[in-house]
Amino acid sequence: MMRSTLMALLKRDITLARKQGGGFGAAVSFILAVVVMVPIALGPDPNLLQRLAAGMMWLALLLSVLLTADRIFQQDFEDGSLDLMTMVAAPFEMIVLTKSIAHWLMVSLPLAIIAPPLGLMLNIELSQLPMLWAAMITGSLALSLLASLGGAIAAGLRRGGLLIAILILPLYIPVLIFGVASTTLMMGPQSSLPALLVLLAITLMCLVITPIASAAALRAYLR
Amino acid sequence: MVEAKSLACERGGRLIFKELNFTVHGGEVVELRGPNGAGKSTLLRLMAGLNRAAEGSLRCNGAALVNDHVHYIGHNEAIKPALTVRQNLSFWQSFLGGPNIEALKPFRLEQLADDEARLLSEGQKRRLALSRLVAVARPIWLLDEPTVGLDQAALVDLRRELQSHLQLGGMVIAATHADIGIKGSRPLELAPTP
Repeated sequence: MMRSTLMALLKRDITLARKQGGGFGAAVSFILAVVVMVPIALGPDPNLLQRLAAGMMWLALLLSVLLTADRIFQQDFEDGSLDLMTMVAAPFEMIVLTKSIAHWLMVSLPLAIIAPPLGLMLNIELSQLPMLWAAMITGSLALSLLASLGGAIAAGLRRGGLLIAILILPLYIPVLIFGVASTTLMMGPQSSLPALLVLLAITLMCLVITPIASAAALRAYLR
Repeated sequence: MVEAKSLACERGGRLIFKELNFTVHGGEVVELRGPNGAGKSTLLRLMAGLNRAAEGSLRCNGAALVNDHVHYIGHNEAIKPALTVRQNLSFWQSFLGGPNIEALKPFRLEQLADDEARLLSEGQKRRLALSRLVAVARPIWLLDEPTVGLDQAALVDLRRELQSHLQLGGMVIAATHADIGIKGSRPLELAPTP
């Protein structure tokens, strides 16, 4: 019963994202803009670009996911769907988590897969690519979960984008630190595995905490 | 049987109603009456588990009222404009845990089944929302102005579905200004608190 409820929701959110765009297009353009503009802004020094590449790609991923955060709950809140979503046997937290997963599947995960090869435009080292992929795919789930939290807090606000940025960017910092660390440490003598594992731990923590927080925020709006 | 005892509800620090007592038995229609702002919608949302009571209790057959026994049709129709009529309805059907039956018929939406919902008129959207009542069987129907935007034929459809729901022992609590047209419906007057 609960499974069919959640699967129906996942299916609907994916269909909706395909049909009306879940902001993926805007997010991809943002990353593209970064890889095109950074070499122009910093000058065409291949060594400088190579040192900055991983960090720049992470920043681009972070901000582009943030761009899509306000869409996650706003429409469902405004058209009354969220009201009905509380009226099932499944806990509201699971419904919120399902919506975050749909956002991850349709926005963050495709971005995390596309972003590393785009880093080649910043002269990123080929040997860094697998690690950047692994770290971005791991971290992108945390980014979606945190974006959902921001989206939930701003669901009832007309222009919540700024509020989401202020609230969520601080929470993105740990993901950024360990994401960049896992990619750049590869160039030094240290192993980058510990940083990747910490990133994984952060993601798992978000998986547990953010649905509870987002559900609480949305409930406060519905009342 | 739903039983409310000395129910009170607050919104934004303002008391909407207090000391509200009523019972609804199976097979009964209760029409909520009262001027704008008397708390009709608030009471329906309270029964749907969306608002919280400031005081009092709301019980269903002696146990706490569970919100998956309840259908709530509010002012917002919960319709996605990008999905077709059929997709909209079948989503809610599987989400709310109904059997896989064709529920477009009672409100005559078969002709529109494959149109995108953004093309629907207000009355057609209302009919699509009301189709949820038939798609998923739940004992308590909470309807907030169900007749708004409906044409004569749709009103007949609504009355027919209400009747068959009542015959199965269901309960209907509806906020209306117009008469809903069901014999034996009981008015519940909500007075605005000063």
